[in-house]
Amino acid sequence: MIQALLSVGLVAASALGVATFPRSVLAFLLFQGSLVFVYRARIPELLRWSLLVVALLVLMPVIGYFNGYYLEVATQVGIFVVLALGLNIVVGLAGLLDLGYVAFFAVGAYSWAIFGSPHANVIFGGGFPLAGGWFYPFLVVGLCTAALTGVLLGLPVLRLHGDYLAIVTLGFGEVIRVLANNLDKPINITNGPKGITPISRPPTPFGLPYGEYFYFLVLLLVVVVVIVNRRLENSHIGRAWEAIREDELAARSMGVPLVRMKLMAFACGASFAGIMGVLFSAKQVFINPESFTFLESIGVLAMVILGGMGSIPGAILGATVVTVLNLQVLKGFSLWLNELKNAGVTVLGYSLADLPTQFEPAKYERMVFGIILVLMMIFRPQGIFPARRRQRELTPHGS
Amino acid sequence: MALFEARGVTKRFGGLTALNGVDFALERGIVSIIGPNGAGKTTLFNVFTGLYVPDEGSVTFRGQALLGLRPDQITALGVCRTFQNIRLFANMTAIENVLVGMNSRISLGLWDVLSHSARFRQSESQLATRALGLLDRVGLQANANVVARNLPYGDRRRLELARALASQPALLLLDEPTAGMTQGEAGSLMRLLRGLVADLDLAIILIEHNMRVVMEVSDRVTVLDHGEKIAEGSPREVQASPRVIEAYLGRRGAAPRGAHGA
Repeated sequence: MIQALLSVGLVAASALGVATFPRSVLAFLLFQGSLVFVYRARIPELLRWSLLVVALLVLMPVIGYFNGYYLEVATQVGIFVVLALGLNIVVGLAGLLDLGYVAFFAVGAYSWAIFGSPHANVIFGGGFPLAGGWFYPFLVVGLCTAALTGVLLGLPVLRLHGDYLAIVTLGFGEVIRVLANNLDKPINITNGPKGITPISRPPTPFGLPYGEYFYFLVLLLVVVVVIVNRRLENSHIGRAWEAIREDELAARSMGVPLVRMKLMAFACGASFAGIMGVLFSAKQVFINPESFTFLESIGVLAMVILGGMGSIPGAILGATVVTVLNLQVLKGFSLWLNELKNAGVTVLGYSLADLPTQFEPAKYERMVFGIILVLMMIFRPQGIFPARRRQRELTPHGS
Repeated sequence: MALFEARGVTKRFGGLTALNGVDFALERGIVSIIGPNGAGKTTLFNVFTGLYVPDEGSVTFRGQALLGLRPDQITALGVCRTFQNIRLFANMTAIENVLVGMNSRISLGLWDVLSHSARFRQSESQLATRALGLLDRVGLQANANVVARNLPYGDRRRLELARALASQPALLLLDEPTAGMTQGEAGSLMRLLRGLVADLDLAIILIEHNMRVVMEVSDRVTVLDHGEKIAEGSPREVQASPRVIEAYLGRRGAAPRGAHGA
């Protein structure tokens, strides 16, 4: 009862807080924290899910009305949640360490970027860009292209495990990025480092602004991907993947077709990234190879590990924490330190303004992120929400 | 025609000949393979289940050649095994381990899973019922939701047996199923195996070091030494064979060599 009141109160108060202080990072963090609290609190399921639905479907867009940047953050979180869930299939369930995952994101992004922009005229002569409405079929095209790329990556690495597999996938990720960077000659397919712009956006229903539109679209995709993920996990396919992760040789001997299941894991994981890539390119209007670096792959992997490998809530929370950390907390920390510097604050008689430029707060971002990762791995290596085994009803006959 | 037949199986690892022209046949019941450590018993199992491709020889099951098939295809045909050093899926629950064993009997596609079709839900509940039945058979029903890693040693051995049975094999290969068990536990496991042979029309090939178990339960015994078959016959015949006594005890009846332990 107390927890129920607390849940409702926290969500309402923090949402009000964000509305009152639209520029306060702290208020927005509190809002996010309240959602995690609601997810974990011991309250009736109906209350839990209605609170979460109201918060995400109503409160979040309202908050976005007061501060559009927060909606952008939420959209980015959603994009990375889908990426983390896709990688979670490959790494968390099937145990195939993939360090080049962002390549599939790139494949999806370029598939819409090329045909949804005037750039395609360079290749095909004329008739482009495709109308914005083509965006929806291209979600499927991006999905299929990425899945196919996943199979192509899977085929040569079928015999590899662990470290060796990681190195090859790392190389694959780089190959895709370098291709994107250099395929402007002899036929200009990707327009090289200059990137592609402007990329068409679909017409929005009900005259929604694009910020809200992409937020809702991402939210819808997150829901779909979570359902797909859960269904896969609780089926013979998911069990076969986990068996491969636990003991490949035993899995084969128990009748798991290794090649097919591994390729399916790569294809499923890649397809999530592909569909998000299409959305990403439309949302950004501009893409270039810089968005698909090795660091992005590592970032998504960090989300999966931080949240808890093989756990769907873990992947969601991990993606949220890392994205918010990068977009808000660390940036906010940098800004705050800069303000202190400019205000001429002294610490123990030392003026912060005298700090050499090497200590500029903006340069702390990655370091703080790194320290957090190290601490996490020492004190909670299983992740924030580790995977829990499904408990089955033990009625011997029926069920 | 025998249910299972191997002819002239030879397997070399570099300069070492692990198996040298081994013939083996099985019609029904329980056949034990015994022999000192390094005799090639487990290698023979690995050849039978498709993990190793032999350099020479042939293996047939119900008249179909097994060589060249993948392990999962061989399992689907009805040959399944357990491992000497228990290879369970450690982080999965007991019932999930058994469910993985049923993989080759599931004919549902990706679409059934994604759409949660009626076929899928029906199949899942049938599988769960069958899995619980198997766990019950080996005495693990109460532990169905326990993660395999947390089961006691003897239970893990029995879970591995249940997992192998899940693929509905006609031939079961057990690699030292009683290793590490007390005489009492081993005895009850053997009664279980006898029951399975009778109820499920199952044939079993057993690798075993526990001689009391072997002599009690086997219909026939095959003895390997240095990759060659040195004796074959009923337990009584094998016990009396001078070559077997020599392989186990040495030429002058010196200290036993590798008669127990793995």
